[in-house]
Formats: sequence, C-alpha cells, structure tokens
Amino acid sequence: MNAIASMDRRSFLVGSTAGVFSLGFAIPFARAQGAAGAVREINAWVVIHPDDKVVIRIARSEMGQGTLTGLAQLVAEELECDWSKVSTEFPTPGQNVARNRVWRNFSTGGSRGIRESHEYVRQGGAAARMMLVAAAAKRWGVAEAECTAANSVVTHGASGRKLGFGALAADAATMEPPKEIRLKDVKDWKVAGKGVKRLDTAPKVDGTLVYGIDLRFPGMLTATIRDCPVQGGKLKSFDAAKVEKMPGVRKVVAVDGTGVAVIADGYWQAHKALEALPVEWDMGPGGKTSSATIDAMLTEGLTAENVFIGTKIGDAKAAIAGAAKVVEAVYSYPYQNHATMEPMNATAVWTADRCEVWCPTQNGEAALAAAAEAAELPVAKCDVHKAFLGGGFGRRGRSDYVRQAVLIAKQMPGTPVKLIWSREEDMMHCAFHPVTKCKMTGAFDAAGKLVGLHMRISGQSILASLAPQGLQNGMDPVVFQGLNGGGAEGQFGYDVPNLLVDHAMRNTHILAGFWRGVNLNHNAIYVESFMDELARAAGEDPLAFRRKYLKPKHRAVLDAACERAGYGKAAPGIFHGVAQIMGFGSYVAACAEVSVKDGKLKIHRIVAATDPGTVVNPAQIERQVAGSFVYGLSAALYGECTVKDGAIEQTNFDTYPVLHMDEMPKVEAVLVPSGGFWGGVGEPTIGVAAPAVLNAIYAATGKRIRSLPLSKHDLRSA
Amino acid sequence: MAVLTINGKRHDASVDPETPLLWVLRDTLGMTGTKYGCGIAQCGACTVHIDGVPVRSCSLPVSAVGEGKITTIEGLADNGKLHKIQQAWIENDVPQCGYCQSGMIMAAAALLAEKPNPTDTDIDEAMTNICRCGTYQQVRAAIHAAAKA
Ligand code: FES
Ligand code: FES
Repeated sequence: MNAIASMDRRSFLVGSTAGVFSLGFAIPFARAQGAAGAVREINAWVVIHPDDKVVIRIARSEMGQGTLTGLAQLVAEELECDWSKVSTEFPTPGQNVARNRVWRNFSTGGSRGIRESHEYVRQGGAAARMMLVAAAAKRWGVAEAECTAANSVVTHGASGRKLGFGALAADAATMEPPKEIRLKDVKDWKVAGKGVKRLDTAPKVDGTLVYGIDLRFPGMLTATIRDCPVQGGKLKSFDAAKVEKMPGVRKVVAVDGTGVAVIADGYWQAHKALEALPVEWDMGPGGKTSSATIDAMLTEGLTAENVFIGTKIGDAKAAIAGAAKVVEAVYSYPYQNHATMEPMNATAVWTADRCEVWCPTQNGEAALAAAAEAAELPVAKCDVHKAFLGGGFGRRGRSDYVRQAVLIAKQMPGTPVKLIWSREEDMMHCAFHPVTKCKMTGAFDAAGKLVGLHMRISGQSILASLAPQGLQNGMDPVVFQGLNGGGAEGQFGYDVPNLLVDHAMRNTHILAGFWRGVNLNHNAIYVESFMDELARAAGEDPLAFRRKYLKPKHRAVLDAACERAGYGKAAPGIFHGVAQIMGFGSYVAACAEVSVKDGKLKIHRIVAATDPGTVVNPAQIERQVAGSFVYGLSAALYGECTVKDGAIEQTNFDTYPVLHMDEMPKVEAVLVPSGGFWGGVGEPTIGVAAPAVLNAIYAATGKRIRSLPLSKHDLRSA
Repeated sequence: MAVLTINGKRHDASVDPETPLLWVLRDTLGMTGTKYGCGIAQCGACTVHIDGVPVRSCSLPVSAVGEGKITTIEGLADNGKLHKIQQAWIENDVPQCGYCQSGMIMAAAALLAEKPNPTDTDIDEAMTNICRCGTYQQVRAAIHAAAKA
C-alpha cells in the first residue's frame, strides 16, 4: 500500500501499531461545527472539551526554553480557565497557511517567543473568554456585563447561576468574536507572572516524549548522510557497489550534488555502510582556507578604511587623537558549534502528489517552504509536523536537514524515511557562531574622564551567510547587537560623548549562523573586558568606574547583581568580576566569584540580575539564566571550532568539550523587572557569562585573557 | 540472535552481534526513551543499567550484554509508580529540552542505589552526563531531594 494514502494524522501518529507513537499535534483539530458534546475550537488559540479540558495552541517551538508554558500561561490568564485543566498542541505550518496565518509567526529565535506574541495570544485568550461569557448570558437571558468568568466557570452574579466552560463551549464557538478586547493589567495576573511548573515535564522523565529522532512509522527506513566536509564543495563520485550488499542497506543516493546518503533498515546499518562507502569530493575554493588564513583576514579588517558604521555619537576619532591618554586592546572570538543534544534529523514521505515532514524545527514555516521546494510541490500539497526539540540554540532555525530529508525520501517514493545525522556530521555542518576580532580604543581627557571610544569589529556577518535580503545597503545591523545608539532591542550601556562602532565585514566559505546569544556574546566580551581594562588604566575600581558612565537601567541591574553578590567583600583568595549588557530587549548583569590556584580556575558562584521588563514565569527565567551560564561558560572555557583545509576539525564531544556538572558554579538569579516592556530571557545572560569570569580571572591573576577558549591559556602566575 | 532481558521481559532480536545495544533498543525494539547523543561514550544520553550498573549503551555491542539484566528509562518506574528520582525530577522541574534527561535520570538512579546520601563530590563524580540546556543546578538539587525523600 502506498504509505502516503494512509497518512492522515490518526493512522500515522495515533496508530495502534506497537512502537508507533502519538505526538502532541496528533489529534485533528476540532472545528466550530459538529455534534453537541464534541470538542470545540472557540478560536484559533483555544479548544475546549466537554469535560472542561482546555487545549491551548502554541505556534512557537518548544526546545527547552519553556516558551510553551509561558505562552499557555498568558492565554490562560485572559481565558480565566482552570490552570490544572490546560494542555497544549502545536498547529502545523500548513494549517497556518491554509487559515491565512491565523497563528502568525512560527519562528522561534532571538528570544522572541513571548515578547513578540504576548499581545495577540492574550487577545486570543480574552476573546475566547468573552465568547464563553456571551454564550452563558444568552442562555440565561441576562446582560453579558452581569456575568464573570473565573476558574473555567461563568457565573451570573445576581442569581448565582453557574456554567462550566465545557458546557458552554458549543454555544461559544458560534458567537461573534468580540471587536474590542481589553487585556488585564499585569498586576492583576493570577497564573501569568507566577513560577508555575512546566507543562511538558512528565513525559521527559519516563522516556515517553517523542522527539523527532524517535519517530517510527510502519515501513519506515532510516538514512544517514555525509555532506562535503568543506562547505561549498561538491560530491564528485561514490562507489555504491562496495556497500550495497551490506546487511540492511536499501539504497545509496546522492543528495543535492553535495552529499551522499545510505538508506537502510536501521540507523546502525546505514551508519556502518556510510563509513565503508568510498567517496570522492571536490572541496572547492574553500578547501584552501585554514584558521590562520581566516585570522589574517580578520586582522587586516581591524585597520581597514572601508567599513559599515553602526553607531556614531560625536567624533570618537578626534577625541582619541586629542586625548591625554589612549588605551588599546585587540580581542577575538572563535567559531563554535551549537551542539544540540539531539543531532539533526527529519522524517519525510514523498509522492508525486504530496509531501509530509516530521521534524524538530525552530521555524516551522521555513521548514515547510524548504520541504515544498525540495519536493517540487506547491506548499498546499505539503505539511510539516513539529516535534519537540532536543535543543535548538539557533541551529534549528535553518532547514538544511529538512531539505536533505525530502531529497532522500524523493528517491524512495511512498516510503517514510527518517534522516539522522551522526554527531560527527552535526559537528562539521552547521552555520557556526561567527568569528570576529575587535580592536577597542578608549580615550581619557586630562581630568581622567572617558571621552572617546572606538570599537572596530572585523569579521563575519550572519545575515550575509543566511539571509542576505536582510542586509541594509550591504550592512548587517545584527552585528551591532548590544551596541546600538538607542532603541528597545539592545542599546550600548555607557554614556560616552564620542562613540564609534564600526564593522569591517569579512566573510569566509564557512557559514555563520544564529547561535544562542548571537553577536551579543562576543560584543559583550569586548565591551565589558575593555571597560575593565579602562578602569584599571584609570586606577579605579571596575564597578565604580562603570557606574560613572552607565545609563540608569543598565546601572540598576548591575547594582542588583553586585549587591546580592556582596561585591568588594569577597573572602580571601576569592575574586569578583562584573559585566553588564543589554540585548534581546532585556538588561542583564553578572558578578562572578572565582579563585585561581596553581593555574586552575574554579568558578564558585555567579549572581546574575535580569530586568526583562515583564516577568511571565520567574521559575523558568531562573532556569534560563542558570542554563545560559552553562552555555556561555562552555563557550568561554572550551568552545572552539578550528579550520584545516577548509573543514571544521572538531567532530564530537571529545574534541569539542563542554561544561560538565563538576564545573557548574552556583548560579543565583535576581529578577528586577522594572515594568512597561517585554524583554527576552533565553539568550541575553549568555553575553555576561564570559566577561564576568574573565574580569574575575584578571582580578585573581593579573592576566588579561583576550581570546577564547580559556582552555588554551596558562593561568599560572608568571 | 540476541536474547535480552529488558525491564524484566525477554526480547529476541535478530541483529548483527556488533550492533550497539543503543540501536537494538531504539530501532529493533522500538524503545526510544534511551537517546543517541554522541555514539562514543562521551555524553551519557544513552545510559541504561545492566545489573544495576550504569552503562553507555552506544558503545556496548549487544553481544557483550550476555545474561545481564537491562533496565531502561521505560522500566525505571515500578508498576506505574515513578522511581523517587523521577518524582524528584518532576517536583524540581528539572528538564528543559529533556533530551539528556533519560540518561541523567538513569545515572542518578544508579548513584542513589549505591550511595543513598550522596555528597556534592559524589554527584560530581557520578554525573558526567552532558546537558547542553544547562540543567546541572536543578539536577543536583533534585538528587539531594530524592535522597531525602
Ligand atoms: S550516545 Fe552514548 S554516551 Fe553519548
Ligand atoms: S535538558 Fe536539554 S540537553 Fe539537558
């Protein structure tokens, strides 16, 4: 039987075949019409079951950051439903297209999941509540204004009559959606703003949650791929005959002219055959590149004339020329891989008439577009079903693995094929954290006041790699994260009368991508390490020096971290380092406590303060903050991908080490929401992880580390 | 043909004896709770117990299991009653993406079986699993909580 013919969601996902799992999105959506007592869609965001169960639709992806729970809290708050009855489901990108993008943006990156959609998801919850209230009022023949909703029950105040949401859902679904919606004041929140537990934990502790890599369909085959080790290179030839007879092997196929995949009964068989497969590559022009040639190119950019100007206030060059004292330092930041715990994977079924994909993705709509293009079918004949992600960190915003899965499945029409990348493939093929170098120049006047600052960034542009349509006259504005002259996204924290931030764009054949924290990561290291250097040059305490120039909100968040940490009162042998930055719409700061003994670094404790404006779930923010230090310190201590003959040299966690439990400092999160805005929390804290620790290391040893990772530096005293 | 005892049940799997236990569990037997993360015994995502001892199943040929009794994350609960480590994981809201957590939980359960009251140093030594989301702080707290439970 043609597998695709049976591919309605029930038979494929809820199917009873042993070992075939159901996913959260498996139950077909209920529509407003239908028999009484059925499950009712009140609107795109809210579905209510006769037993009062509430299903909240979540358009954004869940990759561990907790957005699913936070968004559900916001909808539930306005819906006035019983939180204990809430579950969630993901609409598919295809449904979004078919329904005129009723769920708007699916893209989940840039810490935007909540801050970009809080208003319309709350409106969705509020509209549903108003329709439930209207249905009750109509049934009782009373005015809507006399009825209130709370805890999944509508009550008529005067008569004390009550009706549950489940009993009202069928009528509510037929009500006109309200034209005017007033959202609750944050101070009246009961579910939102509270540190409620995540909604998705139970299946994560007993192995039942189905990640993309876990999908199993009847008749499914498994493929694994090797793409050209050098990005931009091509597949020349392969000798399929050498492996075709190996056990379980079904087919060896070329993919997109750049890679080759083995399709087999299971992963191990595919993997063994791919290992044994003779392949010849045309490495292309990138094959001559190495870390040394890249470094030379970036160094040239540090003094280049032709640059993009990101931020210009006053005349920094003149201020430097006329300064009483000039301080200069050059820093650098390496390539890094996201290294999500779950390697890239996608499962696809293709026929000449339809293509469906199941995959972990941070951008469902982009995945759908990629699938349709690879399938050579109209979007309306394709769909993508989002699975939970085993980590995202920006990596899964790209759809390269989706395209590959479809191109492979196309060579096995009608058969579901799951593509799984080996860790080695995953390590060598992503859009990496961009490499940059930075020259910082600071100018003091005769009175010792900081009067000028020039920040020259030389290095890669993510937009040039992944989204050149986003360049503005060739300039990549994302380069200046945290360095903007103003604005709500990430402004430079210090008031310096003459400030120049410019960028010499230097791209390589290696793709640069969005890597959790993005450009804020290195920008924060450059700014905050150099502020420390300036403070030392001025003979001042690093905190006191910063406080003189910091803008109020930046200063408040740094003060909050330092106060809790007991800055300046460290025990003997323990040293403090601080850093602050603004990014993704939030203000963050950290105070790190370290000691260095016989060259061995120990990070004892980090206090991190965050002002995200509005807090939707403090418990989950604390976890994002702690997790940000693991991610940021992994990068600072160990994270480096080097390039040899055009290829990335690190292939697994043995050559690309990350932070382990025994190195984890105690992280204390201090939340200081100042209200009136919505900032992201999944990423900004990563920016302060490295510089706070680097500055503490300087305090402990007098050694200024200007390049990462730390593991290649000797911290023993000279 | 490999004859395996997994979570108290006998399973026959006709696979190449060199196949790592991980892929027999996941692909042949459909027990996907045990995860693939690195394939070279570095990350711990694939941790299962063999006779109560934590083992990285990605690097263990199925032929080496012998008579050993295998426990996977699917079999950690006792007749539907969650293991106290699983319970502590829920109470402490430990998982983020959750992908590493099967392995974390198996490693933690083995630690508690050996040392009912582990110190922080015991935890550091036993818990060498990688978590990229960075749940280490919650993992530590949950192990201590489970020890007290
Ligand atoms: S998959 Fe076995 S240790 Fe990583
Ligand atoms: S919870 Fe995501 S890797 Fe550990």
